[in-house]
Amino acid sequence: MSNSKVKPAISLEKAQKARRKFLQSVGLTVTFAGIPLLGFIPVVDAAPPRLRPPGALNEKDLLASCIKCGQCVQVCPVQAIELADLSDGFGIGVPYINARAQACDFSCDAVQCVLACPTGALTYTKPSFLEVRDGALLAAAPILKAKENDPEPTLNLRERIGVARLARPESCLAIQGKGFKGQTRGAAFRGKLRYVAVDRWKPIPVRDHPYDLELCDLCVRECPIKAAIELRPVKGADGIERMTPTVLEPCVGCGVCEMVCPAEPAAIVVDPQAVWKD
Amino acid sequence: MSRFTDLFMGMLGAAPKKPEKVSEKVQKIMFLKYEDKDRYIKEKLHARAHHATSHKWRNRRWAVLIATNLLFVLSFSLDIQILEGALTASRFVGFHLIDLNSALQVTLAHKYVIVNLLIGTFTVFLLWVLLGGRTFCSWVCPYHLVAEWFEALHLKLVEKKIVTDHEFHRGARTVFWILFALMALITGYTVFETVSPTGILSRALIYGPGLALGWVLLLLLFEVFWSRRAWCRYACPIGLTYGVVGTISPLRIGYNVEQCFHEGDCRKVCLVPHVLDVTIKGRAAEENMSLGPDCTRCGLCVDTCPTGALRYEVKGLSKLL
Repeated sequence: MSNSKVKPAISLEKAQKARRKFLQSVGLTVTFAGIPLLGFIPVVDAAPPRLRPPGALNEKDLLASCIKCGQCVQVCPVQAIELADLSDGFGIGVPYINARAQACDFSCDAVQCVLACPTGALTYTKPSFLEVRDGALLAAAPILKAKENDPEPTLNLRERIGVARLARPESCLAIQGKGFKGQTRGAAFRGKLRYVAVDRWKPIPVRDHPYDLELCDLCVRECPIKAAIELRPVKGADGIERMTPTVLEPCVGCGVCEMVCPAEPAAIVVDPQAVWKD
Repeated sequence: MSRFTDLFMGMLGAAPKKPEKVSEKVQKIMFLKYEDKDRYIKEKLHARAHHATSHKWRNRRWAVLIATNLLFVLSFSLDIQILEGALTASRFVGFHLIDLNSALQVTLAHKYVIVNLLIGTFTVFLLWVLLGGRTFCSWVCPYHLVAEWFEALHLKLVEKKIVTDHEFHRGARTVFWILFALMALITGYTVFETVSPTGILSRALIYGPGLALGWVLLLLLFEVFWSRRAWCRYACPIGLTYGVVGTISPLRIGYNVEQCFHEGDCRKVCLVPHVLDVTIKGRAAEENMSLGPDCTRCGLCVDTCPTGALRYEVKGLSKLL
């Protein structure tokens, strides 16, 4: 009937060109959509888990809800938080803490990173539909040693981010009955820590705070949480009792013990995303 | 279909259409324009001779883009705390600002929205409705600026016939938008953020460089040697998201057919030349028309137009001024 709907004939060359453009566009789409899926590799890979900032949701939820903006990085008074690189795949731009280099010492008192998070990836109160892993929940609100005498001594944190573990007892100075004198981690170490006796509010470089201890108890002494770790006489295989750092249930996994441990590598480490097991 | 729908479909990838009906006013203008060919050519040459190449809008835009990103950088490095965060999400003197596309990816992946996210998203939505949607691309996105520099290199190589531009179908970007949304929804990860050069560059500027810059460099090399501005033209879902926001924006580039010589200089410099389809002879239906929502309001066409046929306009306001 009407000829207006019939497509005008196009030359063979034009048709070929159009087809080539279409196929190339499909190729581009497949490539650009496929490349980001490579981000799966580091995620499903058996890479050791990252220590996430306090209040972080469980790993998969964190990666989903984090908007990769780094506002948590900006508010941390000790710059403990870093953003992961492309090698973390889907974890790119997601905050983590390298505890040995700079642990979270809670010198902000209020867990500033949680306050800063715009998406609830770090949160004080988890929405009810999200899972709480067994042993992640702290038995009681952790008491911050620095606030111990305040009317409100607790830290607004419900779940631990990891658990400390005496990984290398053979290199622990306390177990060997040794003291410690000088700067822990040496003069070049850039990590900071809040020493309430020095300054209640401002963290200072660890190297500016040398020690002179009869028996090394740095992990216990500098732990920011009350009753999270103590030195206990523990009988070794040879039947002799030695003072041994013992991690207790209130441990939140902040990693300060790992940062201040003078042994190289650290005798005590924090297991990121680990839960408390009796 | 209405012009609004045509422009929207054009943004999604449809080819621009010839107008079904050209107004009498335009018919008259076109008739007068070509009535005396000698006069027409003389006028054209005259306009060209008197057109000093201007970079006014480009310079203003670069200044704004650099200042915005610098404010992010300095807010952290000097701790002045004015604009904290990165382009994906930030606080401007305490007010939440959240990139619409990042908010969408996070929501689809996490399947949960908190109030702060809503507030920040709404603020940014309003901001870019007022300022023109894809204005974000050319006036804020750091990848846009770097890509512009590499585009200059690409054009030089094209001129020397060392490379040729391979065009793709613009609809690819729409497909990407859907694919990235689906991938976030299905995998539960913000898949797009892994490759988003906007997020990568913004974080690299603020928090320091990393491996991810390698990916950005690959994209740039692809654009230099294979396809002009490929990421912004055919891939970036951020651009499409802001483009949709810009459909209802009053800030536009306006076109006046009477002043136009239909030479196409504007289309040569444009990132999204399909929005300048009206400048082709016979494509304008009305005397004054505004460009479609895919336009990034970068102003390169305004700078390059020798006759002032293309101008920034604020709908409803320009007539008052």
